[in-house]
Amino acid sequence: MTGIVPTEDRPRRTIAVVHAGLGQPSSTRLLADRLADATARELKALGHDVTVEVVELRDHGHAIIDAMLTGFPTGDLAADIETITQADGIIAVSPLFTTTYSGLFKSFVDILDKDALTGMPVLLGATGGTPRHTLALEYSMRPLFTYLRADVVTTSVFAATDDWAQAGDRTRRDDGASSLPERIERAGRSLAATMAARGEHTKRDDPFASTPSFLDLLGGD
Amino acid sequence: MNGASGDPLRSTTIEEHSIMQFGIFSVSDVTTDPTTGHTPDDTERVRAMLTIAKHADEAGLDVFATGEHHNPPFVASSPTTMLGYLAGVTKDITLSTATTLITTNDPVRIAEEYAMLQVISNGRMDLMMGRGNTGPVYPWFGQDIRQGIPLAIENYALVRRLWTEDVVDWEGKFRTPLQGFTATPRPLDGVPPFVWHGSIRSPEIAEQAAYYGDGFLHNNIFWPMSHTKQMVAFYRQRFEHYGHGRADQAIVGLGGQVFMRKNSQDAITEFRPYFDNAPVYGHGPTMEDFTRDTPLTVGSPQEVIDRYGSFIDDVGYYQRQMFLMDHAGLPLKTVLEQIDILATEVVPELRKIADAKRPEDVPANPPTHAERVAAAQAKGEAGATHVGDGGDEFTGKRAEEAL
Repeated sequence: MTGIVPTEDRPRRTIAVVHAGLGQPSSTRLLADRLADATARELKALGHDVTVEVVELRDHGHAIIDAMLTGFPTGDLAADIETITQADGIIAVSPLFTTTYSGLFKSFVDILDKDALTGMPVLLGATGGTPRHTLALEYSMRPLFTYLRADVVTTSVFAATDDWAQAGDRTRRDDGASSLPERIERAGRSLAATMAARGEHTKRDDPFASTPSFLDLLGGD
Repeated sequence: MNGASGDPLRSTTIEEHSIMQFGIFSVSDVTTDPTTGHTPDDTERVRAMLTIAKHADEAGLDVFATGEHHNPPFVASSPTTMLGYLAGVTKDITLSTATTLITTNDPVRIAEEYAMLQVISNGRMDLMMGRGNTGPVYPWFGQDIRQGIPLAIENYALVRRLWTEDVVDWEGKFRTPLQGFTATPRPLDGVPPFVWHGSIRSPEIAEQAAYYGDGFLHNNIFWPMSHTKQMVAFYRQRFEHYGHGRADQAIVGLGGQVFMRKNSQDAITEFRPYFDNAPVYGHGPTMEDFTRDTPLTVGSPQEVIDRYGSFIDDVGYYQRQMFLMDHAGLPLKTVLEQIDILATEVVPELRKIADAKRPEDVPANPPTHAERVAAAQAKGEAGATHVGDGGDEFTGKRAEEAL
């Protein structure tokens, strides 16, 4: 986590970065970090202080399966779920395995409360071997978050092995497509704008605070 | 205190010195013993439950509760049949449920069956309402799990009316209307059984328990204490809100799960294959993780005393602690040994701890029938013990003429 001292008139925004990269170093983590940097930069330009919290799903591999089997997350995993669901925006990045997000990534999403991400600004990223898998972001990852009623920004970023070999600046790629840095910038701006516009969002409902009174449950009998 | 008549079966007394109750509950699972490969058949399992309940009574435990299930591998489909038998063959133990399905049972049958059990057991019973979390079971009984909470609310409201009002006219969303209906037998001494509501994570049910001033039992055996604390605190606060007393005077129960041997390591070694293969958590977390995160305690009696003696510090003084003992394929002999260890080495110590930690004006135990009768009579709220003059108002016939 990197923090910046808050000041009174610069409202704080917290970005939660959650990624399912497995390697050390991991190109998925690399993409996630770049997306976070781009978003943070833009948020700061919009007048916000920014906190970035990074959750590595690899660290929670066993705990995620345990939570699936027992029905409740514990320990560090529970704390990280809290961090993610209470953030102002999420950057979610998975490697693509056999045409879609990794099983670890999906298992993590599966143990979240179905209402936990409602209205949450989300930026999607994915990494894979070749650009032929780019659309996996659109046909599998985006519907997953749409189902959870997250507010998924239009631009998502796919980084193939090839992309990392391109020049690190924002010049056009040889094939005329926009470069990875360009796409990262655009995605970061998009998430930052959504997060900034969201204002002081209402944190996820406290299940106890939102419990109807018994007279309402009785239906006014 | 009550039971004024000379009939010894009807004489009930209030214990001189009451304290937290300790009991066992069964979910009635038929599970293969992973160490022997033996799987009991349904008859063997039901009879094992009867033996376990009788043993718990003889050992001096306070409560035996049976679950209710309508799908294999569980056998306890008919709690009041089982508890009615146990009422006849046990002496002191309170008979209860864990849980009674308020969603899929007809509330009229619940009112009738549990009033019958109350009469037969001479008030040595209470019951816990629960919704049941197995979706496919609901349609077998004409219901829908998505209506679980509305069913629990409407059905229980009707059960209460059937117990407290002699003649009921009623119309609701989920059941045929009733016109001039009287549930019999009327509750013992005109006072219905004490009711608990069990829920793991639905605040609406804690709200329901609080509204009526009923008990709330959080069966936390698969949950971390942080969660249990929140649910109990919410129930307590709403109990006070509805004017039944202070938050710390609300009636709370907790679940628990232990396996004990004299030496801690022996308990761990013996229980591990059962843990590793248990239907609910087997092949998931390690036993070490699970014992850290949930109330499951595997070790010496002293370790159980230390852990369970501390729960009062988490949720406030509570009135009933239940233990799951006969699950995961554990052989009957082992379960009976566990009950003996619990009753002779653990519970006496836990009673002392509970006694020491109880604030003076907080109820020591869940209300017994005798206490409820005394309270109802003091307030002039005890109901009729018979309705009508012996004739049937619809046919004009007396029962014996109808033969």
